[in-house]
Amino acid sequence: MIALEARALSKSFGGLRVSADVSFAIEAGERRLIIGPNGAGKTTLFNLITGELKPDSGSVHLFGRDITAVPSMRRAHHGLARTYQIITLFPKDTLLHNVTLALLGASPLRWNPMVRLANQLAVLRQAREALTRVGLGNLADRPLGETSYGERRRVEIAMALAQRPKVLLLDEPLAGLSIPERHEVRDLLLAIPRDTTIVMIEHDMDVALDFAERITLLHFGEVIVEGTRAEVVGDPRTREVYLGA
Amino acid sequence: MRRSALALTVLALVTLPYWIGGPYYTNIASQILIWAIFALGLNVLVGYGGLVSLGHAGLFGTASYAAAWLVAAGAGQLAGGLGALALTLLMSALYAALALRATGIGFLMITLALGQILWGIAYRWISLTNGDNGINLSTRPMPLGWSLATPGAFYIATLVVFGLAVSAMASFVASPFGASLRGTRDQPRRMTALGYDVWLIRFLAFLFSGFWTGIAGLLFCYYNQFVSPHLVALSSSAEVLLMVISGGSGTLLGPIAGAALVVIMKNVASAYIERWNLVLGAIFVAIIVLMPEGLVPGSQRIWRWAWRVRDLPTAEIAR
Repeated sequence: MIALEARALSKSFGGLRVSADVSFAIEAGERRLIIGPNGAGKTTLFNLITGELKPDSGSVHLFGRDITAVPSMRRAHHGLARTYQIITLFPKDTLLHNVTLALLGASPLRWNPMVRLANQLAVLRQAREALTRVGLGNLADRPLGETSYGERRRVEIAMALAQRPKVLLLDEPLAGLSIPERHEVRDLLLAIPRDTTIVMIEHDMDVALDFAERITLLHFGEVIVEGTRAEVVGDPRTREVYLGA
Repeated sequence: MRRSALALTVLALVTLPYWIGGPYYTNIASQILIWAIFALGLNVLVGYGGLVSLGHAGLFGTASYAAAWLVAAGAGQLAGGLGALALTLLMSALYAALALRATGIGFLMITLALGQILWGIAYRWISLTNGDNGINLSTRPMPLGWSLATPGAFYIATLVVFGLAVSAMASFVASPFGASLRGTRDQPRRMTALGYDVWLIRFLAFLFSGFWTGIAGLLFCYYNQFVSPHLVALSSSAEVLLMVISGGSGTLLGPIAGAALVVIMKNVASAYIERWNLVLGAIFVAIIVLMPEGLVPGSQRIWRWAWRVRDLPTAEIAR
């Protein structure tokens, strides 16, 4: 079954084509890596999938359903979650509150002005569980502003996982992390069960190549190569545009 | 400790007409409470929504004018009050629908423009609003047969409404919806990706803000028994915004402290100093310089700092 499919997605900013007829299909449970040089249109592609940008043409399908016209905020309710390359969290709030916001986003409770959030024990317990899952259970009550960069990356992942997404988009989850932190995040990603399909943008080939089953190489908004790990790495065009001579 | 402080405050507020020293001061206390409700209403948007409105006097005035107009037209106090609130909510919805097309400066400019339109109607549409002469309200309402004619009785009634406003704000802020609103203030894009309808959250917050602004406008109409274009003017919008910011936006007590500061300066200090505006301006400058986060959070910060210094060993300070 195809979890996520893009059909001929195109997007231009003025004269600059950042997505040019991008098509791909990702199987349910697959781990897909998207690579490409800076400016290849990787994050734009994510923004088109989540609806933060509208494509000029083409369509996005989630489990066979055309979601191109579905507003961004509803795509989360259809099982699509993402993390950001540039961390966008709530720095004044605690880690627990950050993850709680992710949980509320998927719950009608977010509209309730009458009850105390502090008394919503079921939600708070889930939030703590999500933090424990990424190894931050002991820091749950610390304000996010007082945590390290690596910890924040893991909060990003905890928030996405807390929503129990069917398709998870990870935008450079390893960027800016030290080697030991990279290994922690890798183990964390490897532990995500197969009922979540993962699409990841990443530059760290050591970690990412191990993780991904299939790779899509983008260059100037176009899909240049797509295939299994071996096929893409062995392809001369990959060497030319990405890996270097 | 917290509970007994709260009980003492409530006791002091309830008995205020007996110890404050005369109806003049009781009336000033009523004014503070009314402006505090207004500031609390605006604070929903400014403090928790990150949306700075410079046209809220238009909503305040809508409630005041509608109540005076309806009662003068023979609608009766209850119908007048409810009608005024309904109209204010409608006006808030209109404000929100137009102003929420933007955030930041754009939002501020649209609310400012809407406020000026309403001021223009109050001032120039003489057949409807009686222009500069305003509209008189013949009597104050008598809820459940209780006369509000005396300053003491009116103060107590205002205090009851104020108490409701504060508890409504406290539970709003602590609720999941309050958390949603603060989230849209801090990271609107992230909130959308998490599945929140940012526009609708802001719209509902605007209605909540407009409701309490309308309540304050109603009370102000009952208090003065007179409405004039002055209360719809830009200076009123700016004044209430200053109350929120100087007291501490995004806090529960800040807008109340700000309202007390401005009303006291306006009424009490003006008796001693002719140029009280100058003094008020100097106080605002001092607040911005010394406590940019506002009086209440700023005082808390300095308080905590003072206790830390006191608890440090002497050698620590000397060093």
